[in-house]
Amino acid sequence: MVVKGVQFRNHRVMGDILELASRYRDEGADELVFYDITASPDGRTVDRSWVNRVASVLDIPFCVAGGIRTLGDAENVLNLGADKISINSPALENPGLIEQLAQRFGSQCVVVGVDSSEENGDYWVYQYTGDPDRSRSSQRRTLDWIGEAQTRGAGEIVLNCMNQDGVREGYDLAQLKRVRAVCEVPLIASGGAGSIEHFKDVFEIANVDGALAATVFHSAAIPIPDLKAYLIQAGIAIRPPDNEE
Amino acid sequence: MSASPVIIATGGANLASLQFALQRLGYDAPVTEDRETITTASHILLPGVGAAQDTMKRLDEARLSSLIPKLKQPVLGICLGMQLLFSGSDEDSARCLGIIDGQAHRFARDPGLPVPQMGWNQLRLEADSALLDGVEDGGYAYFIHSYAVPPGSYTCATADYGGPFSAVVETSNFFGTQFHPERSSVLGARILDNFLRL
Repeated sequence: MVVKGVQFRNHRVMGDILELASRYRDEGADELVFYDITASPDGRTVDRSWVNRVASVLDIPFCVAGGIRTLGDAENVLNLGADKISINSPALENPGLIEQLAQRFGSQCVVVGVDSSEENGDYWVYQYTGDPDRSRSSQRRTLDWIGEAQTRGAGEIVLNCMNQDGVREGYDLAQLKRVRAVCEVPLIASGGAGSIEHFKDVFEIANVDGALAATVFHSAAIPIPDLKAYLIQAGIAIRPPDNEE
Repeated sequence: MSASPVIIATGGANLASLQFALQRLGYDAPVTEDRETITTASHILLPGVGAAQDTMKRLDEARLSSLIPKLKQPVLGICLGMQLLFSGSDEDSARCLGIIDGQAHRFARDPGLPVPQMGWNQLRLEADSALLDGVEDGGYAYFIHSYAVPPGSYTCATADYGGPFSAVVETSNFFGTQFHPERSSVLGARILDNFLRL
């Protein structure tokens, strides 16, 4: 099941995963990210057979995040058909995992997810954010960590700005701009999308490579075809909603 | 006669997505490194995710690097699989299959262009190819790569990332796409379908 929280609390079941995957595929989403948000804090092995079922219906790339802490976990998920794996808390526990994954599968498969929050004028990385009781600062500065993750072989960074997550007031442009300046690999913005203008802003002002959103798509507050038509009109180079020849 | 395609086991991951893409077109394609199975297949897909040298080593060990260039059936290299059709890659100075003259180079460092290129990019049609039947100029395909082959006489379509590079190539019965057709929505399905109808 796909679950989306508001500021990482009170997760709600958002509908059958295959139905959602097919819906987003048909609406013109460019990529899907599946967060198994309980996998990491619980420290348990999870049933990943759903990855295979998702792969069977999707003809766009997708990434699996959550609970991937070993080469074996990653290999399993990739063999089931995921295009990328995203690691977050396990990378903070063991940064060498990024290198191992990049060497084994190539950087292009390895996404490092960063949950970042502003405090006292600086940005800090949080871990175990899937569990409100365990969520805590990792004592790492966001900019330092993103630099290190790239050096170790991360092929993509998803920056989730926690202050903005689920509140729909716009992406954290100030933070994303600072991260963009140090991020030489693709940077995906996450957290805060509430209107179509927010997407335009994050591409134009923060110069990110992708904009991730959940709430506004799940609730259909922003239909993807409308969003894409708007962005294309605004001169942003993206794939049109309808890829029919 | 309906096609009986096979996918060469190149190691690395993500053969499932290609298998599923073929399934959606009505073909069950086994993943194999068996020479006999490959030799008797109607169409051969050579995918590739990972490093050029590792993948070549695996093909060497399965005694496929000598077999593949001799195949007479349509062969489609995808992503790294396309690069493997060429003479070599700058990645670890890997020697490749040498079917097409040319070399894969790493994208130049440019602050505005993250490497790897990961995302949707537009195709520019450069020459007729049966692979591109029904594909429109400007259509989007999904790319993930750090190395690219410059345009040449073998190029049927290019894409631009700090300069043009080969997105679709063809030389006799050997075809290649730098992008992932299995992840390129309707356009990608069309290209796979075109290939399997060759």
